[in-house]
Amino acid sequence: MITFEQVSKVYGEGHRPALAEVTLQIDRGDFVFLVGPSGSGKSTFLRLVLKEERASRGTVQVAGRDVGRLRSWKVPGLRRQIGVVFQDFRLLADKSVYENVAFALQVLGKPRHVIAQTVPETLGLVGLSGKERRRPHELSGGEQQRVAIARAFVNRPAILLADEPTGNLDPETSVGIMKLLDRINRTGTTIVMATHDDDIVDQMRKRVVELRDGRVVRDEDRGVYGSGR
Amino acid sequence: MRVGFVLGEMFAGLRRNITMTLSVVLVTMVSLFFFGAGLLVQQQVSILKGDWYDRVQVSIFLCGEDSPAEACPEGAITASQRDALRAQLQADPLVDEVFYESQADAFRNFQQMYDTSITANVTTEQLPESFRVRLTDPSRYQEVTAEFVDAAGVEDVPDQRAILEPLFTVLGTATQIALGLAALMLLCSVMLVSTTIRLTAFSRRRETTIMRLVGASRALIQLPFVLEGVIASLLGGLLASAALWAMVHFGVARLRARPGFTTRLIDTHDVLWQTAPLILAVGLVFAIGASLFSLRRWLKV
Repeated sequence: MITFEQVSKVYGEGHRPALAEVTLQIDRGDFVFLVGPSGSGKSTFLRLVLKEERASRGTVQVAGRDVGRLRSWKVPGLRRQIGVVFQDFRLLADKSVYENVAFALQVLGKPRHVIAQTVPETLGLVGLSGKERRRPHELSGGEQQRVAIARAFVNRPAILLADEPTGNLDPETSVGIMKLLDRINRTGTTIVMATHDDDIVDQMRKRVVELRDGRVVRDEDRGVYGSGR
Repeated sequence: MRVGFVLGEMFAGLRRNITMTLSVVLVTMVSLFFFGAGLLVQQQVSILKGDWYDRVQVSIFLCGEDSPAEACPEGAITASQRDALRAQLQADPLVDEVFYESQADAFRNFQQMYDTSITANVTTEQLPESFRVRLTDPSRYQEVTAEFVDAAGVEDVPDQRAILEPLFTVLGTATQIALGLAALMLLCSVMLVSTTIRLTAFSRRRETTIMRLVGASRALIQLPFVLEGVIASLLGGLLASAALWAMVHFGVARLRARPGFTTRLIDTHDVLWQTAPLILAVGLVFAIGASLFSLRRWLKV
């Protein structure tokens, strides 16, 4: 699903590379934790998958596409295959829960009846039925993150990227979010999650890829957060 | 669905930046007003010139008994000189028609033009006989003037342009000032449109980031912003058209009502069917150009 081959990324002339010769394969349906200290290259990895950045060297393949060679007008097509969730939720404050999720379908030009069917379905999946009309500020942090996940998943993307999705949440709420991501993963969606949260990584026992100074230093199936230390 | 979405985003943007939108509308209005006014003055000048050239006749006054000696050293024109002049005029390719006005004809016209208090003191002999010449190309009347002013038996070929030229000069300067102001104001409105759009894009970067991430096309992301600029400019253009219409309707109408004003003047029809569409089109092109230019740098995919 996602293949990195000898990928390096240097942000500026003379800077230390953010990613250095990373080779990694993530298959369809995988659940992968990207761990490592700040500045180890986790975010750069995600940005390269989304083509927010271009690799300085090497090839990045996502959902069968060579991202480096993708024409700019085809980038939106790539991004429709990928849902993204952030630490700060990034919801639209002046739209309701329903509208926030529907927004993702509206901008893709989905017909009204499709939106009317898919949005409540997805809100049910993330456990927010009955809160459609609330505004983001009326929700708890965990609920806001569920809205964000619903928005990322409503178009049924093949890949879901999550950048520290539990970073702003207390441990109990985080567990709920992880259960939700696990459920989404079991529908066949590939999930790549960058995180600092060692408890969660240790509990989930999924594949763990550890980055340090832009290099892959560990890649374990059913790994834990700390074994590289 | 998508049309509704784009329009919704556009109106949200216009509402959110209501003061900026208003300033874009007003600056566009002022700039397009000057532009339109310049065009109208130019149009009036060309109407005046056209009318005048249609009426242009070169008058070749011939020497008579009372003509001053420096213009007519040989005294009054002789019959053979007159015939030679007529033949030369008729052979001239620039000359369309030649009428001969005798002293008696001139006296009759003079009596018709002025009232008796003036005509009573004038005798037939005091008025010169003349050839009245209509030209094939009125704009080349100076060539004809130059050709005949020194011919034998000709007293004078007055330059009619000296009468109207000052008026044309004033109107021409007015046009240039109006168009210069218009250019300056258009520049202001272009900069204002691009600043406004940049501000709007900045205030809505959260929306546009999300749109990018869920895979909205660049056109869909940019269209609401472009439309905002277009709507504001079109409003400005409509207001400018209304102001020009009012100016012509009330101002020029008053001028036309004055007695003795026989020249054709621009009217509201010209404003509605020529000036207004043109300034709207110019406003539109500038708005689209300015918004695309500012978005290219601010809303990358």
